Amino acid sequence: MFKDIFEQYQWEEVKATIYSKTAADVEQALHKQRRTLDDFAALISPAAAAYLQPMAEISHQRTLQRFGNTMQLYIPMYLSNECQNICTYCGFSLDNKIRRKTLSPAEILQETAVIKEMGYDHVLLVTGEAHQLVGLDYFKKTLQLLRPHFSHISMEVQPMDETDYAALIPLGLHAVLVYQETYHQEDYKKHHPKGRKSSFQYRLETPDRLGRAGIHKMGLGVLIGLEDWRTDSFFTALHLQYLEKKYWQTRYSISFPRLRPFSGGLQPKVEMNDRELVQLICAYRLFNQEVELSMSTRERESFRDHIIRLGITSMSAGSRTNPGGYAADRQSLEQFEISDERSAAAIAAMLKQSGYEPVWKDWDQVLG
Amino acid sequence: MTQPLTIAGQTFHSRLFTGTGKFASASLMEKALLASGSELVTVALKRVDLQQQADDLLQHLNHPQFQLLPNTSGVRTAKEAVYAAQLAREALETNWIKLEIHPDPRYLMPDPVETLQAATELVKLGFVVLPYIHADPVLCKRLEEVGTAAVMPLGSPIGSNKGLRTADFLEIIIAQSNVPVVVDAGIGTPSHAALAMEMGADAVLVNTALAVAKDPVKMAAAFKAGVEAGRMAYEAGLAPTSSHAIASSPLVAFLDEE
Repeated sequence: MFKDIFEQYQWEEVKATIYSKTAADVEQALHKQRRTLDDFAALISPAAAAYLQPMAEISHQRTLQRFGNTMQLYIPMYLSNECQNICTYCGFSLDNKIRRKTLSPAEILQETAVIKEMGYDHVLLVTGEAHQLVGLDYFKKTLQLLRPHFSHISMEVQPMDETDYAALIPLGLHAVLVYQETYHQEDYKKHHPKGRKSSFQYRLETPDRLGRAGIHKMGLGVLIGLEDWRTDSFFTALHLQYLEKKYWQTRYSISFPRLRPFSGGLQPKVEMNDRELVQLICAYRLFNQEVELSMSTRERESFRDHIIRLGITSMSAGSRTNPGGYAADRQSLEQFEISDERSAAAIAAMLKQSGYEPVWKDWDQVLG
Repeated sequence: MTQPLTIAGQTFHSRLFTGTGKFASASLMEKALLASGSELVTVALKRVDLQQQADDLLQHLNHPQFQLLPNTSGVRTAKEAVYAAQLAREALETNWIKLEIHPDPRYLMPDPVETLQAATELVKLGFVVLPYIHADPVLCKRLEEVGTAAVMPLGSPIGSNKGLRTADFLEIIIAQSNVPVVVDAGIGTPSHAALAMEMGADAVLVNTALAVAKDPVKMAAAFKAGVEAGRMAYEAGLAPTSSHAIASSPLVAFLDEE
């Protein structure tokens, strides 16, 4: 279990190691073919800020070699904003007085029609955490409903038990995204004071449960802004390295959500600027040539236009972050503000202009 | 100029097989593949919409000289591979299948156990099976025995462009194979392709090196020339190389004395 490895590390020690990396450490990491976790620490350190250009060049080359001139496209479908958790940074938090909405089967199909019209074949289902209303049964029914419509279905919902995942995978669930939010155990509790999400351990062990259940792909990440992003990213990379060796048949992806404003929400404790986000993306690519790196519409247009060459392999576009946002109930409250509001067609055109083939379909339900 | 290659009764004048992934656009892919002279083009099932007649990728491959070779990329077991192959046969109207089972999504290393099992079943079901495998001479013989139409050992890790790192094993495979040997994966330059052909490989399969080149069309022409040069040299019979000088007083000279 990852817990056993995690417990061998102390947050403050890891942080001190990262911040003490020197230019020589960075140069050494840059010149390697295969990089270790310690090299990753050097590449995300403040000392590596001066090496952004060579990092970007290597990241671009390595990404091109592995993924070619292509960009995968996916879109989130928010199914419900019901939530029993209090999370200081989230618009769906239980203590937020918003109108709650859970899509019915008919509404899900309405959303599907609009999404399919945009050209999408890969969908990411998103919910809050409300076990009674939006639990295993709801997910089973939703997968059965959606399987004929999409080649690839991912979920970003509450962490579940291994048996639940094992029940959903044969129904067409291919990927699960579960972000630890932060690996800082004490601060995790401050940000998640109430609800099942307040259990740091249960969340931390979720990728192990997914791996044992045989999921095809899982997504990792932290919410950037909650804590020191360098230290959190080191733990994410540690987690990734552990998972890749243990659950070697699973594919992995990493996301980099930066804390976005929502009505009455938390201000980031630690800001991450654009240069630093580029540094982090490149560092991941230098550390791991095969991991998928994903970019949502949280980021601004011009940033997204440039970042496509630097290591990113999948993007969302034309997203709505409220249940029913595409057709069924456009006015319900969104989870966070979208920064890039361009349509899927506009993003596809931008990609083509930049010499990238937008990939709408890269999986098939027949593949199991 | 060179001898044609026959696989399962089908004749190919080009010994350069190609893949269709990673290109910047479907039209660029089409131009590059036309320039390559390739007659056998592999397509990942997962990339095409089998339900849709007007699939973009397939539209751009709609030329009489291209024979489609659907591949099972994405499957992790023999069972999934057999199912995928049956769907491909139905949708694309070909019983040719490039059998790829790589449960390891990171290095895409082929699974020998599942591949042999799937190949056995697919041959029984009437497929022309071209299995992608590690450069394992014993596995190649086992696959030949169950009736695969060719074997496709890798030159180096897929997408790596590192060339023929498995050369010693490829030589053994080529020497003892009764079915065509197609070197698949890792061929990064026309000289790698030429070398494989000089060694006696029957064909090579190239994708990344074309798709990721600055000018894929020109690179495709370069590979075409490389493959032709290598094959021609093989057929012409390469002069032996030697790192030793030949002794002026041979050890057996005494036999002529007296």
